[in-house]
Amino acid sequence: MVMIEVKNITKIYKSGNVETKVLKGISFSINNGEFVAIIGPSGSGKSTLMHILGCLDTPTSGQYFFEGREVSKLSDDELADIRREKIGFVFQSFNLLSRTTVLRNVMLPLAYANFPKDRREEIAKKSLLSSGLDEKSFNHLSNQLSGGEMQRVAIARALVNNPALIFADEPTGNLDSKTGELVMETFRKLNEQGRTIILITHEKYIAENARRKISIRDGEIVEDIINHNHNN
Amino acid sequence: MLITDLFEETYLAISANKVRSGLTILGIVIGIGSVIAMISVGQGATGSIESNIQAMGSNLITVTPGTQRSFSQVSSGRGAAQTLTLEDADAIAQEVLSVQAVAPELSRRYQIVAGGKNTNAQVDGTTTSYPDVRNVEIDLGSFISDQNVTNQSKVAVLGSIARDDLFGEGANPVGQTIRINGINFKVIGVNKSKGGTGFGSQDDMVFIPLTTIQKFLAGANYVSTINVQAESSQVITQVQADITNLLLQRHNITDSTLADFSVISEQDIVGAASSITNTMTVLLAAIASISLIVGGIGIMNMMMTTVTERTREIGLRKAIGAKRLDISLQFLAEAVMLTFLGGIIGIILGGVLAYGITLIAGLATKISLFSIILAFSVSAGIGIVFGYWPAQKASKLNPIEALRYE
Repeated sequence: MVMIEVKNITKIYKSGNVETKVLKGISFSINNGEFVAIIGPSGSGKSTLMHILGCLDTPTSGQYFFEGREVSKLSDDELADIRREKIGFVFQSFNLLSRTTVLRNVMLPLAYANFPKDRREEIAKKSLLSSGLDEKSFNHLSNQLSGGEMQRVAIARALVNNPALIFADEPTGNLDSKTGELVMETFRKLNEQGRTIILITHEKYIAENARRKISIRDGEIVEDIINHNHNN
Repeated sequence: MLITDLFEETYLAISANKVRSGLTILGIVIGIGSVIAMISVGQGATGSIESNIQAMGSNLITVTPGTQRSFSQVSSGRGAAQTLTLEDADAIAQEVLSVQAVAPELSRRYQIVAGGKNTNAQVDGTTTSYPDVRNVEIDLGSFISDQNVTNQSKVAVLGSIARDDLFGEGANPVGQTIRINGINFKVIGVNKSKGGTGFGSQDDMVFIPLTTIQKFLAGANYVSTINVQAESSQVITQVQADITNLLLQRHNITDSTLADFSVISEQDIVGAASSITNTMTVLLAAIASISLIVGGIGIMNMMMTTVTERTREIGLRKAIGAKRLDISLQFLAEAVMLTFLGGIIGIILGGVLAYGITLIAGLATKISLFSIILAFSVSAGIGIVFGYWPAQKASKLNPIEALRYE
């Protein structure tokens, strides 16, 4: 089943009289359960593409269908609804709320989804355990954790709403290679459980984790291939 | 987000920055505190002036002479008319309904001598009902009796200060003799001290029968004031009107604007005095509220800083599904919570200040429920007003820009 379908989307940034065409007509589709890496050097437009796919931004032109629904013309608050219910984000810089406990960080999306209070903790704990975090650290403040632990908390937070789609934006960028490998392992497991994952990276060896690789350069797709030497 | 989530978020955000939050609300604390203290001083002043006026006599109406116009239309000035008489007083007592008591008086200043001491005091010729009408209590001896008035007796009742001046503090002069304007009077009583009323002290007076002052001292037939006590505060206006009509009729005046007397009730005086003190209260509160506005700007300043500092957090919250309203409510709640806390502490501070003012400066203060409610709503209002802009700024942040923000 097709989850994401983009048709000829462009994104133009204007600053004064200068127009910068960041995306120059991109079309592709992603099915449920895929593990896709979007790879490209910095400035290639991969982050802009991720923002549009993640409903954080809207394209200048073109169509974007998310689960069959055209979302490219939706308002801020309607996009927020989709992000809350369908999408989980994992960022390079973790973006955890500092001076806030691990558990509260993970429960935050549930609060915005108006989940009943008494069920939040249970769901958050389950999510934390499944992203490989130790129960002892649940009540630690997020800024007391190591980088690897922080990214696991971020993954748990992305998973807590049970989203159909997970975006990982350079998830290993701030981690050493060993912890980075462990984090990628987590994503592979999540994919095996049937979750759709879109990984954005500029590093080839990270992209190797994905089954499908979309390469972007100067706002255009230059390559869209199935990874044959996938390590699974 | 649920309301309880909002409260938790607000609590966490404020307690995460205790020192800064504390310093920010200090502006509101001082603002609210000074408003409360100033209003309490104003209302305390109103209260004490009102009670002073009440002390002049309850449900009191005074009739005083007005301007007397001669045939040449030359005005001799208010109070100069000599048209009020003892008969007018008797007529009021008999013909006007709901009158409790009537005490006419004629007063002049005379030199008074007792033994080796002397003083210049007001000598007040009056009748038996004066103590009831003017709330005067007898300390020693007795007040002037009806018989004294009828017989034109040369007896005197001293105010407490007059007694102190003539016989020494706390002395019992009953039975002794004083000379007023060279005429001997026997002291028959001393009044209890009433304290200053703000309109001339009744303690520095000597009371003698009205008929005596008319015949032996002033040599005149008129009275200078007729004090009337109404039966209750509800009938004062009616009694006032009845007295006016009666006296107009007795003095053969058809045009009430040309009346040669004026009828003033205690309520008129209280009303005038309270309008002065109310103006003062508003003035004080207005001055104090300037600091409240400064405090509010402090809150806005901090909220602006907070929004900038937490740009990434706002971006993240939006990324995980927060709507604009969620974000703006969060920051608005923070601002309101800060001002609300400031309001509570400010009310306590204001109470302490008011107490201190009473203790040190001796001014009466009164903290009313009204001023507390006012302070609460003003402080919450300030939170909304000064928190609105920062909250709007936060809610309109673009999630991508916010996430990229370093």
